[in-house]
Amino acid sequence: MAELNVAVVSAERSLWQGSAKSVVAKTPEGEIGILPGHEPVLALLVESPLRIETTDGTKVLVAVHGGFFAVDGNNVQVIAETAEMASEIDVDRAKAALAKAQAAAGEAGSPESKAAKRAETRLNVAMGGK
Amino acid sequence: MGAQLRVFRRRIRSVQATKKITKAMELIASSRIVKAQQRLEASTPYLTQLNAAVSAAASHASDVSKHPLTSKGEVVDEAAILLITADRGLAGAYSSNAIKEAEALATRLRERGLNVTFFVVGRKGVSYYRFRGRALAGEYIGFTDQPTYADAQRIGHDLLTGFLKPESEGGFDEIHLVYTHFVNMVTQSPRVRRMLPLEVEEKLVEASDSRNLPFPLYEFEPGPEAVLDALLPRYIDHTVYTALLMSAASEHAARRRAMKSATDNAEELIRSLTRQANQARQAEITQEISEIVGGADALKSA
Repeated sequence: MAELNVAVVSAERSLWQGSAKSVVAKTPEGEIGILPGHEPVLALLVESPLRIETTDGTKVLVAVHGGFFAVDGNNVQVIAETAEMASEIDVDRAKAALAKAQAAAGEAGSPESKAAKRAETRLNVAMGGK
Repeated sequence: MGAQLRVFRRRIRSVQATKKITKAMELIASSRIVKAQQRLEASTPYLTQLNAAVSAAASHASDVSKHPLTSKGEVVDEAAILLITADRGLAGAYSSNAIKEAEALATRLRERGLNVTFFVVGRKGVSYYRFRGRALAGEYIGFTDQPTYADAQRIGHDLLTGFLKPESEGGFDEIHLVYTHFVNMVTQSPRVRRMLPLEVEEKLVEASDSRNLPFPLYEFEPGPEAVLDALLPRYIDHTVYTALLMSAASEHAARRRAMKSATDNAEELIRSLTRQANQARQAEITQEISEIVGGADALKSA
């Protein structure tokens, strides 16, 4: 079976690279699942967990905070501005950060509420990774 | 012990203490150069991908040259300069070279009849302008030796806000960047780069791939224009990030060199002081001997 070559890159470093069965990401228009043989796509990413199912069946979760991804043939490049692997996130600290961000969050669209959203995504990823 | 000898010994001790400090700073700076370079390298895959994506989106979007980030205002009268200096001194002429370059650029811009606004990174640059009582549109301090992407985003955001402001409210028509290019361990030179308006290079499209089609026929989501709108600001952020890292590497290299020559000078000073101290010690001994001999002679003849 064909495989996807996936690379997750953030502005500061490259995070993950490997072959996968599927990638599920979230764009401004909704969730999109990529399987081998997908047509070429260049889509923006919104603040969300990115799910990768590797060829050996394990699931990799990455918290992506904005960016885009490009699918070309069986190559998937995820280019996030900032991103974190589930394994790198400390659940307790993520919880504390979320509580703090939510307390500070004002109306929608403000920097504080964006921070809250980011904290939520991180926590989601951290919990889902277990 | 004679007074003279004591003074020499004290000076030697103090120079030795200084030498220890400068040597330590030299070593720290050397290790940080490598770290900054590694981070610069780690960020290149992102840039490559971003480049490819921007070119792909630009080739599909209707008219790139009309995008707000690629065009100037109708009357070009406002310019901004982002100047990157160091937070701390003891780095030779690093900060002052960058400031000099920025000042030369400002003069050139003013000759063209533009108003120049400054955004300054680094405590040294900020205090330079504060001391001269000149207003700064943005001050960013506390991260120049290890800049993060979030720092770059903050700066990029401020610059973009300034650029996208309407003409009547003093929106910038041009934004220039002054940073220090890291050529190699011994050479770093201040550079000027125009950041905005962006030039979307058509040749990028041709050179990016050897296959017939420069890009796969991407399906854009939400659409090529929207993708381009979202990607171009990232470009700014990344340019700022690269410049910050480059300048950080240069800062450490400049500090390493400054501290190396300080250490060398301290060694030289210690050597000459030791000579003088020995001389003083011998003179003291000689004097004592002649005093004793003189005393004994006096007793004998008495």
